[in-house]
Amino acid sequence: MALSSLAGLEESALVTQARQGDTVAFAELVRRYEGKIFRLAQHITQNREDAEDVLQESFMKAYEHLDQFKGDSKFYTWIVRIAVNQALMKLRRRKTDKSVSLDETIDTGEDTVVREIAAWGEDPEQSFSREELGSILDTAIQSLEPLYRSVFVLRDIEELSTEETAEALGLSVPAVKSRLLRARLQLREKLTRFFKRKGDDAFAYM
Amino acid sequence: MLTCKDFLSELSDYLDANIDAELRAKLERHITECPNCWVIADTTRKTIQIYKGMEPCAIPADVESRLMKALEKKMAAKGR
Repeated sequence: MALSSLAGLEESALVTQARQGDTVAFAELVRRYEGKIFRLAQHITQNREDAEDVLQESFMKAYEHLDQFKGDSKFYTWIVRIAVNQALMKLRRRKTDKSVSLDETIDTGEDTVVREIAAWGEDPEQSFSREELGSILDTAIQSLEPLYRSVFVLRDIEELSTEETAEALGLSVPAVKSRLLRARLQLREKLTRFFKRKGDDAFAYM
Repeated sequence: MLTCKDFLSELSDYLDANIDAELRAKLERHITECPNCWVIADTTRKTIQIYKGMEPCAIPADVESRLMKALEKKMAAKGR
């Protein structure tokens, strides 16, 4: 089938065609999600080269195992799950190189302690350029532990449900919830440094 | 009475609107009386909004073309 006529098709119809061996339909699925999967892979691995590997490996795996896709979840959720596994595997492999730690953080409860409380302006991000904002947001995410980062990326950027996130990461629902809360609070804290109302500085440092 | 610690532990579900009406009312009462928790809730909500609003950068052309090439190879091999 010609590519142009596929662009408007529902995901489920594309999946059905792809499963029947229609490579053009599969290529359309790839085109729909490659940007999101690449972004997700970059967020989790924090490395462009690894992210590209993850991107390729994920779609290759999906193509290979398309017959195992049950269709009871969305294709997008399925490919995200594959990509997260590939990305975490990369991190684990790097861990054996001793360059990154994926160890479970010991739960001291301390990282839910809120250190800085300052109100933000109405649209604080407006005072930064697109590039500046992008780099502030990326740096903040980078500073999170890999498992907090993965939970935040899946829940709040890719907008998976708590259950889907739990499934993708092999965590329990309560574990996803507690990590998400910490990730959100830690990011809030980091962004507060940039976004707090200017007038509030005086109080913070006096 | 709800403490700040109780409020914090419910914060995620509160922001996700994932709680029953009774608990929601308790949490909302708490933030009208506790300016610190109000700020934390407000700035955490904004944090999530800012990240949600982040548009995915277009995939770099070289990355995409390598992906498509790898897939074509795979498809050709499977089709054989």
